[in-house]
Amino acid sequence: MDLVTFLIQILNALQYGLLLFLVASGLTLVFGIMGIINLAHGSFYMVGAYMAFVLTGMTGNLMLTIALGIPLAFAFGALLEWLLFAHLYKRDHLEQVLLTYGLILIFEELRSLAVGDDVHGVAVPALFSASIPLSDTLSYPVYRIVISVVCLLLAGGLWWLMKRTRLGMMIRAGSHDRDMVQSLGIDINLLYRTVFALGVALAALAGMLAAPISSVYPGMGGSVLIISFVIVVIGGIGSVWGALVAALLIGFADTFGKVLLPEFAGLAVYLVMAAVLLWRPEGIFKKG
Amino acid sequence: MDSRIALVLKLVALAGLLAFPAFGSPFYVEMLAKILVLAIFAMSLDLLVGFTGLVSLGHAAFFGVAAYAVALLTPKYDPASLWLALPLSVLGAAAAAFVIGLFVLRTKGIYFIMVTLAFAQMAYYVFHDTALGGGSDGIYLNFKPDASIAGWAPFSLDEPMHLYYFIVFAMVAVFVFLTLVLRSPFGKVLVGIRSNEHRMQSLGYATFRYKLAAFTLAGALAGVAGFLYAVLFGFVTPEYLSWHQSGNVLMMVILGGMGNLAGAVIGAFAFVGLQEFFAGMTKHWQLLMGGVIVLAVLFLPGGIAALPRRLAAAREARRAALPPDAPPPAARKAAAPATPPAPPMIGKMKQGVNHV
Repeated sequence: MDLVTFLIQILNALQYGLLLFLVASGLTLVFGIMGIINLAHGSFYMVGAYMAFVLTGMTGNLMLTIALGIPLAFAFGALLEWLLFAHLYKRDHLEQVLLTYGLILIFEELRSLAVGDDVHGVAVPALFSASIPLSDTLSYPVYRIVISVVCLLLAGGLWWLMKRTRLGMMIRAGSHDRDMVQSLGIDINLLYRTVFALGVALAALAGMLAAPISSVYPGMGGSVLIISFVIVVIGGIGSVWGALVAALLIGFADTFGKVLLPEFAGLAVYLVMAAVLLWRPEGIFKKG
Repeated sequence: MDSRIALVLKLVALAGLLAFPAFGSPFYVEMLAKILVLAIFAMSLDLLVGFTGLVSLGHAAFFGVAAYAVALLTPKYDPASLWLALPLSVLGAAAAAFVIGLFVLRTKGIYFIMVTLAFAQMAYYVFHDTALGGGSDGIYLNFKPDASIAGWAPFSLDEPMHLYYFIVFAMVAVFVFLTLVLRSPFGKVLVGIRSNEHRMQSLGYATFRYKLAAFTLAGALAGVAGFLYAVLFGFVTPEYLSWHQSGNVLMMVILGGMGNLAGAVIGAFAFVGLQEFFAGMTKHWQLLMGGVIVLAVLFLPGGIAALPRRLAAAREARRAALPPDAPPPAARKAAAPATPPAPPMIGKMKQGVNHV
């Protein structure tokens, strides 16, 4: 592998890992703070990607779509939490698995009814459609770099939100002791709803950002869900920082697995997980 | 008594299964065979979920490994020997379960659910991505395994009726085997682990080993189901290992009532029945299936399995609150929340629902 190809793969790995972080961060927050296992989280990624396809068809501009899509996804998440997930906090994991599995079936069929089962493409925004030439024959698309930068900014923002704001303080307190937080006069239901909606919005944003490079296809939520599970397991449940490190690790494992061992590309990610499990069964950054 | 009625019901059900081909068309015989294979699969998962308290979302891996094993063991132009292919397939599934169990049993709770799912997906990719499994198209099984022993053929799996009765036999054998396992001291330890693993540890049981044994055994029995499924339909695809397959079998176990082998069988019937019923109504049947699942969780806390228990508890409470000279309704209401001891058979289900 020459230097330019190597550089391209590193950029790809970063971009993929950071995108996965957006999905996994919401998942790990919902796990860590509310104790909910949400199999339908991958569906939010799928919903985001299809939203990008449908809305871009109407507005003709992906960036406008994203600006519209984030509040939509947030509202969708808040609605879902109010309607369904709020009833799951006191239930055992098995029932959470059941309900969210049912939700996946519903989301997939609604998607099939609304948009059909075809694979669709979404145009890269004109502003970022250029490529940076790296050598005579190889170049790197600006859009992928934009994705990485946006994700990095969001990761920083999330860190700031959790560690430096009053809301973040309440969220962290809520993950330790729900009843105590409530007795301090904080509306824990509203807090949970906010966190859940935030997770949905992040996953949908990841879907919208990924739509131009991965295309939009049925079942895209499932594979992202399982990879996100792997990330949460490696990073440690509830740890946003752990999710970031694990997502990058997975991004690199997957990208370089595909380059070095194309035969076993799908396996690399899981081998990394197996190794981490042997070393630390509760994740690298286990909380508490 | 309860157990005698249950035995009679089981024998009646068995007689029904044995007599069915005399009445049903070949289409329904094959569907029934499919349900029975899935019932074996569901019982094997129930050993983990219902009896040992391990919620596995990756059980399809072992089903699929055995299905692929029989496909790979069958030469291109000849059938494989049943007496070689069946044990080897089951052994392959057991070996996969043992190795995966070594990893996943290091985790608990939510982690266990996620990690079993991830390892099953890894197994999926082994067959999906490598040349071994024929890619996403899967492999056709050109010949069903040959049952002859040194030239003498007691039956032939090419005959749909023989295959049907072979599957009925396998289902009953797995049912009886698991019943005996659960009655043995080993089975008691598993149920103890489900109730309170720490207490079992402090009693001196190496619970990890017991869980690993249960996981391996469940994988082997899922392998029996996978073997039969591949033989019944004559082809294998990576979808046999997909997480939807794992989700569906979990659904069967829960539908029928966890921690109850007959329940797992009923769950397989109920699941395939619902599936066929909805699929007959619309192409988008999964929407209805998903809707039923979501509503069941929301409005039947503890799952469908808990329904008879809740009804029985309510009845008991009413009976307890109604001594010969009936008190006013207000007193009845007050007595209702105190849950009285449930009858033994239903009590088993109750324990199964809560400990994860």
